[in-house]
Amino acid sequence: MTSEAKTHAIDISSMQRDDRQLNLDDEQITLQVKDLRLSYGDKEALHGIDMDIPKNRVTAFIGPSGCGKSTLLRCFNRMNDLVDGCSISGELLLDGDNIYDRTVNVADLRRRVGMVFQKPNPFPKSIYENVAYGLRIQGINKKRVIDETVEWALRSAALWDEVKDRLHESALGMSGGQQQRLVIARTVAVKPEVLLLDEPASALDPISTLKIEELIHELKKDFTIVIVTHNMQQAARVSDYTAFMYMGDLIEFGATDALFTNPEKKQTEDYITGRYG
Amino acid sequence: MRYSVSEWTKSGSPWVWLNAGAVAISVIMVVGLLGLIAVRGLAHFWPADVMQATYTQGDQSRRIMGELVQQEMVPAEQLRGAGIQVPEGVEAMRRDLLKVGNRDHLPADFVWAMDSRITDRTHPEMIMVAERLEWGNFYGYLREVREDGQTVARHEGYEKNDDYMNVWQEFQRRIERVLEIREQILEIEKHKIGSINYELERLRLKERSLELEQSTDADAYAEIEARRAELDADYEVLQQDLIDLYTRINRDSFTAEIADGREVEVDVAKVVRAFLPNNMGTGDKLMHYAAKLWEFLSDEPREANTEGGIFPAIFGTVMMVILMSVLVTPFGVIAAVYLREYAKQGFITRLIRIAVNNLAGVPSIVYGVFGLGFFVYFLGGTIDDLFFPEAKPAPTFGTGGLMWASITLALLTVPVVIVATEEGLARIPRSVREGSLALGATKFETLVKVVLPMASPAMMTGVILAIARAAGEVAPLMLVGVVKLAPSLPLDGNYPFLHLDQKFMHLGFHIYDVGFQSPNVEAARPLVYATAFLLVVVIALLNFSAIAIRNHLREKYKALEM
Repeated sequence: MTSEAKTHAIDISSMQRDDRQLNLDDEQITLQVKDLRLSYGDKEALHGIDMDIPKNRVTAFIGPSGCGKSTLLRCFNRMNDLVDGCSISGELLLDGDNIYDRTVNVADLRRRVGMVFQKPNPFPKSIYENVAYGLRIQGINKKRVIDETVEWALRSAALWDEVKDRLHESALGMSGGQQQRLVIARTVAVKPEVLLLDEPASALDPISTLKIEELIHELKKDFTIVIVTHNMQQAARVSDYTAFMYMGDLIEFGATDALFTNPEKKQTEDYITGRYG
Repeated sequence: MRYSVSEWTKSGSPWVWLNAGAVAISVIMVVGLLGLIAVRGLAHFWPADVMQATYTQGDQSRRIMGELVQQEMVPAEQLRGAGIQVPEGVEAMRRDLLKVGNRDHLPADFVWAMDSRITDRTHPEMIMVAERLEWGNFYGYLREVREDGQTVARHEGYEKNDDYMNVWQEFQRRIERVLEIREQILEIEKHKIGSINYELERLRLKERSLELEQSTDADAYAEIEARRAELDADYEVLQQDLIDLYTRINRDSFTAEIADGREVEVDVAKVVRAFLPNNMGTGDKLMHYAAKLWEFLSDEPREANTEGGIFPAIFGTVMMVILMSVLVTPFGVIAAVYLREYAKQGFITRLIRIAVNNLAGVPSIVYGVFGLGFFVYFLGGTIDDLFFPEAKPAPTFGTGGLMWASITLALLTVPVVIVATEEGLARIPRSVREGSLALGATKFETLVKVVLPMASPAMMTGVILAIARAAGEVAPLMLVGVVKLAPSLPLDGNYPFLHLDQKFMHLGFHIYDVGFQSPNVEAARPLVYATAFLLVVVIALLNFSAIAIRNHLREKYKALEM
């Protein structure tokens, strides 16, 4: 890893991967997971996960269905708190502070760690109000500030040009891909540090998927991104680091290129070559 | 190919036919019911032709005059039993119901007569119908118009001529004059004197409460006394005006020849309107019809509710339903939100839910008894003791009234709103809630800003069902505040404008009262149909407006389809 690589500009249009070598040791760490165990009732779903999520990088979680990758992702903004009978042990540090600490305000945490879900879930409000929602929740009411932020967020989500003339129409009239980008814009508008994407393109058509992937490239300049995906090609295309999970364990975690071209564990190799999953 | 029954059954067509048949039968029944009450009720206002005929009984014959209301076939056996001779071989005979009116001069205003005994049926153009404030309709030939007992115009005979038209126009002018004066009298009696009485009563209560407090504030007493003197003076003036108006209104009278040939005198002051039905064209009749219909909708009842309008009942029904909706919506919604969103789901919540569902099935009269015992006597009595001691022993809230009726019905319908709202909340996709939470909204913010707006169509469904149930309810209302005839509307110009403690009229109870408590069944019957039709229309209108609101909300918060 050289200093040159850090300022490297990614060519989004061609979606070419740079051939530099990424190394986790050189990265600045945003999220640190320490022996995280999670169980639903009696059933343990995550068996002690340890990993570091690097700042301003895209980290992908891959693995077969039910391996716990979404569960792990939902730990990062404490979405699992909403599930009855869910208990968590271990530590999860965001910039060095344990987010499962008693004193943490969950609403504040979720403002710092935004999340985009598998299915687009815009609110039944106008496009503008969807994006402004998070700001209004924070008590920001100045129209000028909101206007500017909405435009910035929609531009960040590469949606501005498509919707600038119909900001006050219902968000439910948009196409699925547009809705998903709107949800990204909505999340980006509150300026979180980390962006969690839970299979953001699985409900979309190929063109929309491509747009979302381009967007992820663009967004990682400003955000630390964690993405869960079923699609290994997608993980290979968009991520800098990849974690392979299986049955609630983190099997392998490393630079994407290395993991896909030269996996250390046999399970990883079996999975990425399609022998199971 | 052979036709196979099992094939046919498997294809599903018998079920389609069965369902379609059931739907068709339901639709026909509903349309038939509405059609029947609409036709029966609305036909009442049409100015029917008045028949003149000769009625022969034995060797006596006499002239009769009246509207043919109904004809029916009576079995010969029944007639023979009643001592009427029926020729051999005749199975049934027709008999006619005639409305002959003139209740003050004839033994009955409706008579049944054997069709065969009525001969020489004619519809003379000159027969007049006069609707009166008392004693129902008057039928006869107009003879004379009098002013202060002196003849102004007179006409003899049964032919239509210029002479007659003069008398008729003179008569019409005087009716109009009377109507104007009556309006003024009403204005003074209802509004001006009504306000004075209202204020006098308030002064009395104020004085009484000063006495109860054993106040020695002489100024306060003097002030009340001064105001009372002022009001009494105003009252004197109005009283004098009234006496003048009554003298003026009683100036004119008219005479007319009735069916039995007598010429009788009637005060013009008693007449609401007079017309010559047999002389009216279709256009005139339509105008008359519209006027009558409008009177029915906008006027107050008279003659023990068998004539005039039913406006107070419409007003009371709508008022009560609106108050009920205003009360039931927040209670039902808050209860449902707590049950669905905050309460720990367990044995107790399940028990509460079962209890709520069962409440919806409790007979309404039970709610009426509860309302009377708990709301009226206990709560109302306590309120009277605490806030209106000066009015005692007369109850203020300690008797049935608009507020207690609305609350009782709100209690009756709250389960419906709770169940509908709960179902609405359950249908909001989890993903939308998570979307809001993930943006840093708290559970409460999510609820208020996203979930409740999205569940609002379901809440409206609950309110619609509640309205549908409450508007048609009569039994509990009879115990908690509905009366046969309310002296004034619960909403008027006297402070505090909305009188929640007042008793009120209700269309449902009005139907019962007119139909089954009326001294004059034949006269009341069409009004029962008309009122029933109106009740259906009012409920439909209330429902349609609620449905329109719901559809608007639904459009706005269309469920996320993906």
